[in-house]
Order: sequence, then C-alpha cells, then structure tokens
Amino acid sequence: MHIICVDMEGVEHKLEATEEWSVMEIIRESGINMLAQCGGSCACATCHIYVDPAWKDKIPEPSEEEIGMLDGAFEVTEDSRLACQIFFTKDLDGLRVTLANGSV
Amino acid sequence: MSAAELHTPIQTDVVIVGAGPIGLFAVFELGLYDMKCHLIDILDRAGGQCAELYPEKPIYDIPAVPVCTGTELVDRLMEQIKPFDPAFHFGQMAEKMEKTADGKWRVTTDRGTILEAPVVVLAAGGGSFVPKKMPLKGIDAYEGKSVFYAVRQMEAFRGKKIVISGGGDSALDWAINLQPIAERVTLIHRRDEFRAAPDSVGKMRGLVSEGAMDLVIGNITAVDGQDGQISSITIKESDKDTYVMSCDALLAFYGLTMKLGPVAEFGVTFENELVPVDTATFETNLPGVFAIGDINTYPGKMKLILSGFHEAALMAKKAFTFVHPDRRYRFQYTTSSSNLHGKLGKDE
Repeated sequence: MHIICVDMEGVEHKLEATEEWSVMEIIRESGINMLAQCGGSCACATCHIYVDPAWKDKIPEPSEEEIGMLDGAFEVTEDSRLACQIFFTKDLDGLRVTLANGSV
Repeated sequence: MSAAELHTPIQTDVVIVGAGPIGLFAVFELGLYDMKCHLIDILDRAGGQCAELYPEKPIYDIPAVPVCTGTELVDRLMEQIKPFDPAFHFGQMAEKMEKTADGKWRVTTDRGTILEAPVVVLAAGGGSFVPKKMPLKGIDAYEGKSVFYAVRQMEAFRGKKIVISGGGDSALDWAINLQPIAERVTLIHRRDEFRAAPDSVGKMRGLVSEGAMDLVIGNITAVDGQDGQISSITIKESDKDTYVMSCDALLAFYGLTMKLGPVAEFGVTFENELVPVDTATFETNLPGVFAIGDINTYPGKMKLILSGFHEAALMAKKAFTFVHPDRRYRFQYTTSSSNLHGKLGKDE
C-alpha cells in the first residue's frame, strides 16, 4: 500500500504506507523533511497538506480542533488538512496529497 | 557603546538555554549538587513546548503521573525546583556564546544580558519560538519595515492604513487596539470564525457593524510595494476573483514556530540541526557545554520528556566536575540523604 506525496517542487513521491499511521508519520518516515513540530498532537499546523479532491469522501471530516488549528497555516483552501489527523486505512491506498507552504 | 556592553556580566554556576521541562528539571539535578542556575528563554514564561504547543493537552507518559497537562507538568516542575531558587531571563534569546579569558563560558542574549559560568546546558528543544512568517514571494524585503509579526510601538501605526491577518487573540487584540489610531484597519481571516476571547470577537464585530473597521474573509496571496514599503496586497476570497487592496502596513499573526536560531553558531557541533552527545555525560564537542532534551541526538534517542529527565541527571554529574573541581562527587538518594534534605528545605 502507498500514498502519493507531491512536494513543494511539484515532484511526486510514492511512499510506502502502513495502516493506522497518520499521513504525517508516513511522510516523515519516508525521509521527506516535514516540520510537524508538535509531533502529531494537532497543536502547531506545520503538517499542512492539500488532499486531492478525488479522495475527500474517503477521509473522515476534520474535527473542530483541526479546523481551528488550520488558522495557523497559510494558503488554506477547501482541500487543506493537517496530515497528523488523517489516519491511513486500506481504503486510502493510493491517496494523493500535496505539501503546503510552511510545512517543510 | 552598545546596550550589551553596558550590562555587567552575571556570574553563576550554570547557564541553561531553554526553560522547557528539561531545562527546568536540570535545575533540580544541578541544585542537588550545589550548582546555581540561570535560565534563558525567548518565551515570556517557563514551559517551552509544554506551555506554547500543548498547555491543555494531556501527557500520559511521565513516570508515576498517570496524566497531567502541559501546564500542570510545568507548574509541578516549577514547584519542585523552588528550593534551588533559579533565576529566569524570559523574553530573551541566547544570541552568542564565547570563551572568557578565565576559561568560563559567556552567554549574551539579544536583550544584552550577559551570563558567565563554567557550564552551559543547551536545553533548547527545537529552537526558539518565533512568529510564523508569511510565505509570500518577496515579502522579506518588507519585513521589519512595513510588514510585521509583532507590534513594538503602537504609535508607528498612527494614521496608517493597516491590514491585519489572522484569526486568533493577537490579530483581534491588535485590530481593536489599533483601530482608534489608524486611518483604517482591515482584518483578514480565512473563515468567519475566530479562535479568540469571546469578548474580543464581540468588540471586533461591533466595530465592523459600526463601520469603524473592515473584515474580509479570505487569504492574502501577494504583497506589492517598493523599497521595503508595502503599497498593496492581493486578496483571494473564496469563489471570487482576486483583487488588490492598498495599505501602508501589514501585520500577520499566525502563531509561533520553532527555529534553531543563533545557538547553531555557538561553536557546538550540529548534525541535521541536532547536537550529537556522549551518552555517559551528555557533553557536546565543547568541554563544559552540554545538550539535553529534544536538541540532542545519539544512537537510540527518543524525543520524550522522560528521556530528557534522565539526560539531565547524568549531565549534572559531569557538570559538577567543572563547577566544583576541588570536590568529589558523592552519589546520594533524596530519600535518605539528610544532606540533600537540607538543600530541599526538608530539614527535620
């Protein structure tokens, strides 16, 4: 299983994904230098990503806390999420995300 | 003569850079062995990440404390180190470290405080908490001139057309405080909800409905101007085309982020922004300079508060040899040592 992560230069990376891991952990484990300063506790907004709209329906809605924390991110759009709050499941095999400004 | 030169160096035993949980616990371990500490932190209070990132979030892996919040952990550490009366230098960043003629370390802060000690402990975590900068093209040319991430002097904004970006307490407080003296204040936030004190949100909405200030729900996508003076910003509101709004100053409040900062230039070896240490002593490549907590690295390192506590204890043992070179280190238990009880103020 894998996810596709598009970096700030537009380069696509196919990353091995493990069930139950957050997308933030999957990205970090791959060696991509994501900031994720709070370590995954939804407290810093430095793991901001854009989720490909095609995948939106397969991912649980963000919590109020996550929506609030996104106020600390830049260039937030409807596709914005915090990577530490999306947990990988089999259904997300092939998930495509793009790193946002301020997360690397 | 610069402000820094006007300050008289403060002599102490140990200078700790960073007043997070590990820096605080280091005060305890050092204090047990008669080493007095001065701590420097860029935040205006103790606690580091515990205070800034997760004050209200639960921590479950502190030994013998089934659960406590970041704030509670810091409060308890502050109580625990009280007998050792540490000195805090808050709101300051350790800017320079150099060797003195008599073989001590001199640490100077950006506010001109000078501390001299035989031992320096880097407990700086992920670095200094500094405001997040807007990642807009060419914005660096305006930063500090007409684009700001903090307000030092309100008067500088009198009569100006100010744009304030953000949706938290800082953004709202400054919008409300600057509104009476500015020509016009425009608050821009990505959504029509604000994570700020309800009172401030009410005040801001009142000013907007009175027509005394403007509220725009959208994002800033570009800045324009000349020679450091901003003249306009480009705004994107959802489902609308972008448009340009003129302004004299932009204030952006997106919270804080950790940056390593000047500590990287202290002469201590860094690898990937971390300090390699000897795991017997947690000493760096420089004698008398130690690194504990999230800032260090060694085989098997885990970035946990409990690891940092352990590192502080071993560090203190070696630090003792620099601070009290004429004395023999005597290993004691706080449970049974009347000597330690005395230091902790627990004399029978």
